[in-house]
Amino acid sequence: MGKISIKTIVAIGIGAAVFVILARFVALPTGIPNTTIQTAYAFLALMAVVFGPIAGGLIGFIGHTLTDATAYGSVWWSWVFVSLFIGFFIGLVANKINIDSGILGAKQIITFNIIQAIVQAIGWGLLAPALDVLIYAEPANKVFVQGAVAGISNIITVGVIGTILLIAYAKTRSQSNSLSKE
Amino acid sequence: MAAEMLSYIERKSPIHDLSGVTKLIIFLMWSTAAMLTYDTRVLLFLLVMSITVFIISKISIRDIAFVLIFILSFLLLNNIAIYIFSPQEGVKIYGTSHVLFEIAGRYNVTLEQLFYQLNITLKYFVVIPAALLFIVTTHPSEFAASLNRIGINYKIAFSVSLALRYIPDIQRDFRTIAQSQQARGIDLSGNEKLLKRAKNATSIIMPLILSSLDRIEVISNALELRGFGKNKKRTWYSAKQLKRADYITVLMGGIILIVSLVITFHDGSRFYNPFN
Repeated sequence: MGKISIKTIVAIGIGAAVFVILARFVALPTGIPNTTIQTAYAFLALMAVVFGPIAGGLIGFIGHTLTDATAYGSVWWSWVFVSLFIGFFIGLVANKINIDSGILGAKQIITFNIIQAIVQAIGWGLLAPALDVLIYAEPANKVFVQGAVAGISNIITVGVIGTILLIAYAKTRSQSNSLSKE
Repeated sequence: MAAEMLSYIERKSPIHDLSGVTKLIIFLMWSTAAMLTYDTRVLLFLLVMSITVFIISKISIRDIAFVLIFILSFLLLNNIAIYIFSPQEGVKIYGTSHVLFEIAGRYNVTLEQLFYQLNITLKYFVVIPAALLFIVTTHPSEFAASLNRIGINYKIAFSVSLALRYIPDIQRDFRTIAQSQQARGIDLSGNEKLLKRAKNATSIIMPLILSSLDRIEVISNALELRGFGKNKKRTWYSAKQLKRADYITVLMGGIILIVSLVITFHDGSRFYNPFN
């Protein structure tokens, strides 16, 4: 734990705050009941790619806990845990993408999307429902359908909005190969 | 856009006087008990306790009405969903079937199903007052101090306190950005098609993210200048001393947790079965 930089700590704090605001105010209804396009997860993916797995995991965990707590007054730990899982594992590819170099080509975008799709499929499709059954003893078929719907909508959200955010972020970094010798 | 957030409510009550650590420990024990048990007797007891503590705290229902309405509608939807997906779950769990009346196909109403759904609802209800109380009676900065006190690394505790501190600021930023983008003709309401709306949403998210990244830069520089993280420990301005009431409360919470677990699991099943 001693190795976490000050910047990561601050990124966790501010990131969690932004996550709460996005989850509360920028969730677009899809028309299917109880399913919204959660822009907060696109943001979580961006933060995970920029600041790494520890920041990603903790932004997901703290952000989701605070969202639940301030909105519902109680916390659904089974789903909160999935946010931690997603943030952490998307963060693991941060080094591969190296977004601060300012270079974001097709290869990096594809890597990002494959990883986010796999991680979210496992998270929403398996982990969340399994924990729901374990903790709340809810009917298995109900929670698996809920998980699948949430998973698909979040994979698309992160795939579309997350990718847009990554490209926009990369543009704000000066490219590492932008200097040339004359 | 006027969605309200649950936050600290200042009152003078014995609950407010307890240290944040105590409330955090109680909250964690309470959620554990409610999470593990499915025993109706234990759940009812916990519910009565929760409501009693709620009354002592002098928080009025009106303060939290907006959240309650939200939760109740969620629970209603959840119950309907459970029934639609699994009308025989109760029969499966309790092993008997007392049919009250038939609807169609596998959809009938059994006592077991009603009892099972009552238990699920109770489980949520037990946690709600405890969680609500914890949030509205613990000051955010004291909360960070308590996290550190129960053994969480102070750097992580500090980032939680940062998050709580900056939620209102970022909410303000968000409103400003959303309003100025709307003034420029970007529509976020239901009038727009979904794909267009998603695209419009990014035009609000992007400035919000970039301004937040700037914030991260400024705050981490400030912390670095003050030598944050140099020592292994830090003190907290808002930490409260533990008093006798705190020890008694934690002890009582511990006893309740253990007793409820013993009652729940002594017959080898999480479920209390009144049907045989």
